[in-house]
Amino acid sequence: MTAVHAPVTGLLDVEAVRSDFPILTRTVRGGNRLVYLDSGATSQKPVQVLDAEREFYTRHNAAVHRGAHLLAEEATDAYEQARATIAALIAAETRELVFTKNATEALNLVSYTFSNATAKAQHGRPLPEGAERFVLAPGDEIVVTEMEHHANLVPWQEVCDKTGAVLRWIGVDDDGRLDLDDPVHGLDAVLGERTRVVALTHQSNVLGTVTPVRRVADAAHAVGALVVVDACQSVPHMPVDPAALGADYLAFSGHKMLGPSGIGVLWGRFDLLESMPPFLTGGSMIEVVRMEGSTFAPPPQRFEAGVPMAAQAVGLGAAVDYLQGLRSADGSLAGLAAVAAHEHALTAYALESLARVPGVRIVGPSDTAGRGSAVSFLVEGIHAHDVGQVLDDRGVEVRVGHHCAWPLHRRFGVAATTRATFYVYNDPRDVDDLVAGVRHAQYFFGVA
Amino acid sequence: MDLESLYQEIILDHYKHPRGRGLREPFAVEVHHVNPTCGDELTVRVTLDGDVVTDISYDGQGCSISQASASMLHEQLVGGTVAHGLATTDAFLALMQGRGQVEPDEDVLGDAVAFAGVAKYPARVKCALLGWMAWKDAVSQAVASETPEVAP
Repeated sequence: MTAVHAPVTGLLDVEAVRSDFPILTRTVRGGNRLVYLDSGATSQKPVQVLDAEREFYTRHNAAVHRGAHLLAEEATDAYEQARATIAALIAAETRELVFTKNATEALNLVSYTFSNATAKAQHGRPLPEGAERFVLAPGDEIVVTEMEHHANLVPWQEVCDKTGAVLRWIGVDDDGRLDLDDPVHGLDAVLGERTRVVALTHQSNVLGTVTPVRRVADAAHAVGALVVVDACQSVPHMPVDPAALGADYLAFSGHKMLGPSGIGVLWGRFDLLESMPPFLTGGSMIEVVRMEGSTFAPPPQRFEAGVPMAAQAVGLGAAVDYLQGLRSADGSLAGLAAVAAHEHALTAYALESLARVPGVRIVGPSDTAGRGSAVSFLVEGIHAHDVGQVLDDRGVEVRVGHHCAWPLHRRFGVAATTRATFYVYNDPRDVDDLVAGVRHAQYFFGVA
Repeated sequence: MDLESLYQEIILDHYKHPRGRGLREPFAVEVHHVNPTCGDELTVRVTLDGDVVTDISYDGQGCSISQASASMLHEQLVGGTVAHGLATTDAFLALMQGRGQVEPDEDVLGDAVAFAGVAKYPARVKCALLGWMAWKDAVSQAVASETPEVAP
């Protein structure tokens, strides 16, 4: 099928990008070209990232922040250089960046701060200066949104269960945007003087919606609450500056931005990190240890117990370098701005192409304003699992299910959606294959 | 090409024309099972008369595989004995967990042999098993509640 469309402009030089990703040359399910549209779950890795990890292991491997031999020095330098590279990406100070095993752990690091500080305060145990801001009392409130990934919802439910705090949430409107002006589920109704934390996503992993973090953060700060931003779907796809967003904490994962699995990042305002009790404890994170008790290292080491994932950090540093080095095909944009423009163009083309298929309904904003590249949709009469199976049979790999956002799906009255997500190596041909696959699913299940 | 081996004609027929769908009274036990990875859900009620399964009624939402599987389970097991139902379930479970290496026994499984192709798609095995695990749970509870307590 030949798609009839205006030329898609604003793209990266996709052929050049694709040549850096060996996995994209393999075939799947009986010789089909691999059309990878699941980067929202995890991205593929360029050779530059794989080479950086291999180089670390073949030349410099040692346990970082331990020992005084040459390899330990080189490994520590590589690890800390990666931290600096990643910090620069989000215009942050190096000491504000904590490495975790993934973004879920980064969010838990923040949520556990509250339950740990509360437990220690109850028993009159020592806490860092300023830690009282993390001590919760029954009836204090934690605010999330209805579009959160489980990773930015379940940890807060747990904090509430451990401290007696109350979970409240901002609603989502029919177009998939935060319903900030709603009289019942909007900002004014949900935030109040008991609000201690506002945790929200920067970009929905299901709807693609980019949320107005600055507006929410200003409202949160006005009532004295801290703002925790899940940036898993924004940092890989657009320029992000947590300070400009008004965030107090911001979490993202390495594997969704061309980096290795096994590494996530927590950025936090340094004064906050300094006043936090530790999360995971053990080696590396201590200052002095005695049998009677211990004191803890300053951030970020305080939150990096045990031998860290040095090779993954190096790989993520290489991924950041790779992203920063990308250019629009017409040379007009560079780095994450070029990535954002590329995805914007693909998303517009995908929304437009899917809109032309009868029986397909987009769940989320149907135009590209304030929207990223996650495109979730329903195909009337066919369950998402079955849509995904037909697509997979044609080499088109999408995500099906609730995408770890079950309450959001319940909000839209559906059990599951089919989700396509785009990244630097996707092109309009991938969109055409997606749409052709959806049409074939309709034919196969006899609904069109 | 493999799509037809997964979506056998009889599976699609059960999906589009489910047998015995809907929740009915009376019933001995009701269970609600979910597949947490995809959000599919199924409510199953089991009705027994002594050793005979007189009804399995069900309702839920899910993909063609999970819904067709529940429909076929209804057709295969209602009217048989509990022992027959559990033996069929064991055979179905073995087939599904066999990664395509288990030869299905049509004498035991009847039309449910059509699900043999599902075993080659590990991600879909849980879909096929949703109804069967729910029924097994329900009937076990029903049998347990009917077994007279024996004084120690």
